[in-house]
Amino acid sequence: MSEKIKFTIDGKEIEAEKGQLLVEVAAENGIYIPVLCHWKGVHPAGSCRICTVKINGRFMASCTTPVDANMVVESNTPEIQDLRKAIIEMLFVEGNHFCPSCEKSGDCDLQGLGYRYQMMVPRFPYAFERRELEASTPKIFLEKNRCIFCKRCVRMIKDEEGRSYFAFKGRGKHLEINLDTKLAEHMSEENARLAMKICPVGAILRKEVGFETPIGKRKYDHVPIGSEIENLQN
Amino acid sequence: MEDKIISIIGSYDKDPERLMDILLSIQHEFGCVSEIAVSVIARELGLSEVDVVQTRSFYHFFTVEPVGKYAVYFNNSVVSMMMGMQDVMNEFEQLTGIRIGEKTNDGLVSLHTTACIGMSDQEPAALINNVVFTRLNPDKAKKIFEDMKAGIPVEDMIGDTGDGNNAHPLVRAMVSNNIQKAGPVTLGDYYEGISLKKALQMNPKNIIDEVKASNLRGRGGAGFPTGLKMLFCSLNEGDKYVICNADEGEPGTFKDRVLLTERLPMIFEGMTISAKGIGAKEGILYLRYEYKYLRAYAESVLEELRSKNMLGKNILGTGFDFDIRIQSGAGAYVCGEESALIESSEGKRGEPRNRPPFPVQSGYKHKPTVINNVETFCSIVKIIEVGGLWYSKLGTADSAGTKLLSISGDIPKPGVYEIEWGMTVNEMLEMVEATDVQAVQMSGPSGLCINPTQFDRKIAMEDLACGGSVIVIGKQRDILKDVVLNFMEFFEDESCGSCVTCRSFNMILAKQMKKVVEGHATRNDLKNMKEWSKIIASTSRCGLGQTSSNPITSTLANFPELYEARTVDVAYQSDFDMDKAIQEACEVVGRPARVPHHN
Repeated sequence: MSEKIKFTIDGKEIEAEKGQLLVEVAAENGIYIPVLCHWKGVHPAGSCRICTVKINGRFMASCTTPVDANMVVESNTPEIQDLRKAIIEMLFVEGNHFCPSCEKSGDCDLQGLGYRYQMMVPRFPYAFERRELEASTPKIFLEKNRCIFCKRCVRMIKDEEGRSYFAFKGRGKHLEINLDTKLAEHMSEENARLAMKICPVGAILRKEVGFETPIGKRKYDHVPIGSEIENLQN
Repeated sequence: MEDKIISIIGSYDKDPERLMDILLSIQHEFGCVSEIAVSVIARELGLSEVDVVQTRSFYHFFTVEPVGKYAVYFNNSVVSMMMGMQDVMNEFEQLTGIRIGEKTNDGLVSLHTTACIGMSDQEPAALINNVVFTRLNPDKAKKIFEDMKAGIPVEDMIGDTGDGNNAHPLVRAMVSNNIQKAGPVTLGDYYEGISLKKALQMNPKNIIDEVKASNLRGRGGAGFPTGLKMLFCSLNEGDKYVICNADEGEPGTFKDRVLLTERLPMIFEGMTISAKGIGAKEGILYLRYEYKYLRAYAESVLEELRSKNMLGKNILGTGFDFDIRIQSGAGAYVCGEESALIESSEGKRGEPRNRPPFPVQSGYKHKPTVINNVETFCSIVKIIEVGGLWYSKLGTADSAGTKLLSISGDIPKPGVYEIEWGMTVNEMLEMVEATDVQAVQMSGPSGLCINPTQFDRKIAMEDLACGGSVIVIGKQRDILKDVVLNFMEFFEDESCGSCVTCRSFNMILAKQMKKVVEGHATRNDLKNMKEWSKIIASTSRCGLGQTSSNPITSTLANFPELYEARTVDVAYQSDFDMDKAIQEACEVVGRPARVPHHN
């Protein structure tokens, strides 16, 4: 059933199966398109917009766009790079992110992108949102100050009956991430571990374990985020 | 209470996809959807509590705390404020001794604001326990409050009912239709059932061909060719759906309200014809919460059509089955976006879906779905009756047919006008007898604010597209404060929030606009606003974020002098206002404000 098609990303010709998600095809071909909300195998949310590219002259999110024949994709251009940098800066002013005191520092995708895109000072005014810490459940902390609303936990962390531990609450400027404290009373060790792992920032942290991996040995301590994909080709 | 909630849930077959209706019923019954109600719903539906809360908290008219016995929702959108809503709100605050957002201690009255309720032709307007009050003023506010204290049911406070079906016993609303100009299509002659009988004899393909031949484009704003949409949907096998989008929420629009009042049989007929064309058996009318006063009447029209065998099983003996249910919204502008509306109809948060797939491929219940605006369905009826070719000759080459405009603002005769596409703005202003016009806001906040040098432009998809809202802004108005800032605060509230750029940049831009209005913005701030508007427009997921910076970009382009007059020519200025902060602090501690601080 799979149909092979050809298209280009930044001029490089790529062959793929029609209908595969662009962001995944790019990764398989050693081209890094940053993601914060996407997780391979999980229904795409298309919410963080950091994977925005230009396809045939139109801006599209590459995590929700299936590849098709003769697409002309622009990704590593000054225009797109600046858009992505703007989104990163915006995430830093929207929430309250203090990397030096965060357990996720070095393993944090947002911080990693901040370095990769050489963010110095955000161009936008800080929102200084007042958000809360949900610490009442036995296995995890939910530090809402750091949440970037990627919906990974909403989509992926479920109990045995398929019920969600996490969901959004409110809308627009009042949006927040919400933890079902009743269900979380009985959250399994695996779910707690997975929730912390998939959280791209330090919003979900396991209780009673800290700094399992020491600073200096973390994912992005020595190589920039995206290297794992770009090094495929080398 | 628990028994009642369980029985409500039971009446929707414990179906999580009917969560909207369950929440609406509970809100109606108890004046709120409390945490206790949430835990009962979660238990009965097999959901987690946060899943119930995510839907409850998305919609404006669901509350955690009980609203007052009389819950007053003031429309704080642009036209309402232009027409004097602030005085009405002040009067109510004075009378009740509470602030907006609060409830009196005796639980009698709660005061709230809400976005445009579709009454821009008769503002200032408010909803009190879902009953519409129009043309309010401080004197009427006093009378209403007296009635509240006397415990008079809100239905008995309205006095005279409006014209047409507004006087229908099941509607009984003080709303006026304000049909100022009828054209040949949606507000022209309508002969019930003629088009349906014709369509039932036609081959489905011929129905679609007729619509294609008319060159009708969707009337919701995006303008996608309706016939093509039907064709794409019809190519799929299996269950299909037809949905009518009656969630007009674009501030300043109210044309669908008039069709829903006077042309309901025509709307349902258009849906039935479409269903026959694509092969659907079920349809939904998604009725915005603000038009709840029309719901009982709409149900009665459906019943009548069923009794005439124009809906239901074996329609008019042709073997074709189709029926329609009504889904009420609960207050969310973004649900006017078709895929968000579908999510909402499935009992979820009204978050727009990613595309592809499009609704014609995967819509309601992930089945192929044709979703159209109210006006589009009415147009289909006329196209089948008179013919696609006839229709295609109305209007312009790229925009066939007629368009209903909701025209309001600083004009003597606000109301609904059915015009042929191609009319210039000047001709339109002449038609509505507008004088001293400073600007025209075309197609609501997500459209454009144009200045008089552009009044020779044509109202048509190929020039000035319009979904229906036209706000005429007189010379006396402060566009930046009364219009642009109001719109930006509207978007800040109405963004679904799930796509990061729309959520955040609407907040950032609203804040910048406030800085401009308060006189603290620099030239550099203006440059930034322009740049940042580009970011939200190019990276947002749906039409809301892609267009929400238009109030700023179009006024920056068309009214630069208004911005220049308000900006200061320095490299940097904080948006912090020391004098104002001191004054506020003095008020808080109850001390008279000191001599203004000087830098």
